[in-house]
Amino acid sequence: MTRTLLTRSAGPILAALLTGSALAQPAFADTKILNVSYDPTREFYRAYNTLFAKWWQDQGHGPVTIEQSHGGSGAQARAVIDGLDAQVATLALASDLDAIAARSDALPKDWEGKLPHNSAPYTSTIVFLVRKGNPKGIHDWGDLVKDGVQVITPNPKTSGGARWNFLAAWGWALKTHGGDEAAARDYVSQLYQHVPVLDTGARGATTTFTQRGTGDVLLAWENEALLALDELGHDKFEIVVPSVSIRAEPPVALLEGNIKDADQRAAAEAYLQHLYSPEAQALAVHNHYRAWDTSLVPPAELAQFPDLQLMSIADFGGWAKVQPAFFGSGGIFDQIYGE
Amino acid sequence: MADTALHATPVTTEARSVRLALSSVVLALTAVLLLAPLAVVFAEALRAGPLASLQAIGQPDALAAIRLTLLVAAIALPLNAAAGLAAAWAIAKFDFRGKALLITLIDVPFSVSPVVAGLALVLLYGSGGVLGDWLKAHDLKIVFALPGLVLATLFITFPFVARELIPVMAEQSRAEEEAALTLGASGWRMLRTVTLPNVRWALLYGVLLCNARAMGEFGAVAVISGKIRGQTTTMPILIEMLYNEYLSTAAFSMAALLATLALVTLALKSFLEWRHADLLAATRRH
Repeated sequence: MTRTLLTRSAGPILAALLTGSALAQPAFADTKILNVSYDPTREFYRAYNTLFAKWWQDQGHGPVTIEQSHGGSGAQARAVIDGLDAQVATLALASDLDAIAARSDALPKDWEGKLPHNSAPYTSTIVFLVRKGNPKGIHDWGDLVKDGVQVITPNPKTSGGARWNFLAAWGWALKTHGGDEAAARDYVSQLYQHVPVLDTGARGATTTFTQRGTGDVLLAWENEALLALDELGHDKFEIVVPSVSIRAEPPVALLEGNIKDADQRAAAEAYLQHLYSPEAQALAVHNHYRAWDTSLVPPAELAQFPDLQLMSIADFGGWAKVQPAFFGSGGIFDQIYGE
Repeated sequence: MADTALHATPVTTEARSVRLALSSVVLALTAVLLLAPLAVVFAEALRAGPLASLQAIGQPDALAAIRLTLLVAAIALPLNAAAGLAAAWAIAKFDFRGKALLITLIDVPFSVSPVVAGLALVLLYGSGGVLGDWLKAHDLKIVFALPGLVLATLFITFPFVARELIPVMAEQSRAEEEAALTLGASGWRMLRTVTLPNVRWALLYGVLLCNARAMGEFGAVAVISGKIRGQTTTMPILIEMLYNEYLSTAAFSMAALLATLALVTLALKSFLEWRHADLLAATRRH
């Protein structure tokens, strides 16, 4: 009895279960490109995608649609490795692209030399965001370790911006102490004792500082700091430019392994190359990034970037050396943070 | 003595003041823990005026997120209803080996963190995952696409229907179903005319709960979404993205809309309970 009841009724229920298992993707009419990017580039790429789509069609090509995905740079690299079907990666750190190249077939290992300026079409640097009137009198890296100063910076283990922050501080200390590594380690170790909370990403740290009112100074991407001023008011915060900082170079690359056909390849390659055009460079500046070609940038917009002495990642030996030595498991960050 | 039978004896024996105090505590806690956060969401959404909220919800990305959320729920709900019904039926009406194991398995999504569920799906279907190469060879997309979102939602909401149905079905005897079969009804007919009508309220309740959870799911879906704007961002994911982009009005407008959808679900449930109170009581008496 029991058995018949079960078997006689199982058919329709099974059938109902299996319906809807065929979930096909719609066919693409025009060329589509997915750009996997990090958090703060949203405004820039929204503008650039419009500019590029129009320019591409003006060149006599078919219509192109660019889709965007934004998230933490490391998390986005992870998604590409796990199979996110993106054709273009525009991330915060060369080491994130290196991770994609090392752990998947999507990207060739020599990606960095394929486009000008180490494949970094726009750059930024690290500056300080302080509360209006600069009540703690913070002017340079040395002031960050004064008594009673709280510094907000995200966790270099998870955040690209935080690694630039760390390296800029390290570089300043090295310069100040005539290349003495022990002194640099001592300064950075003191600096992290002034950090009350390590957020996982740059935008989270900005929120901690601006919305929740924690800390006296935020170490931030220059473009993030300028955007925060725009969004949250020039009457609440101000930017302090330190004597020395680092040139952060967010790289871009074609994800070769995810290219479907010749049309898509042509469009995706042009998409990256056109980032270096004077129009796109002016757009980057408008979105608070520093650009290489400022021929079309209105002079008033160039004024947002003060002159300062900039180190580059090459001064530290490149990401391939820096990533394991400073931020790898048991690296310098682990050593000083464990102290 | 005889008088006491005529007057209803109060069940509670506590003094009026004690009862009042206890009720106030419950009401205050409800207000602080449940109503206040909801009210804040709606207040934030409307801070720039209702027009700004409506405009934020009318953005193409926002509309796409609403469509996607409803689509995922629309696919996950019938599948879960059918699976939950089948599982509850098997558990409540039959004795078989491994029954305890099946009950435990149904509860797994309650105990496993949604993030773990999302990561497990990536490990299974992502490139480099167990089925990754096979899926790629056949040009099938699961992770970072609609099927992945549906699978994650199915996993998270799996227990809701079954958990609602098992006690109701267990309470009802097999007699009516056995009678139907003895009288020559087919299995399908028995399901339609005996089994389903007996559990329809519990089933509906389970489906409504399942719906509220499916629309609101964040953790598992966030892992598997890929966050492609207008393509794989559901409402909860878009809310987080908008908030991080300083677009507070848009974020809270979406949040208010999502909360409203959940509240409508609950209101619908309450309305049905009120409208069909007699029937409901009858089913429960079974």
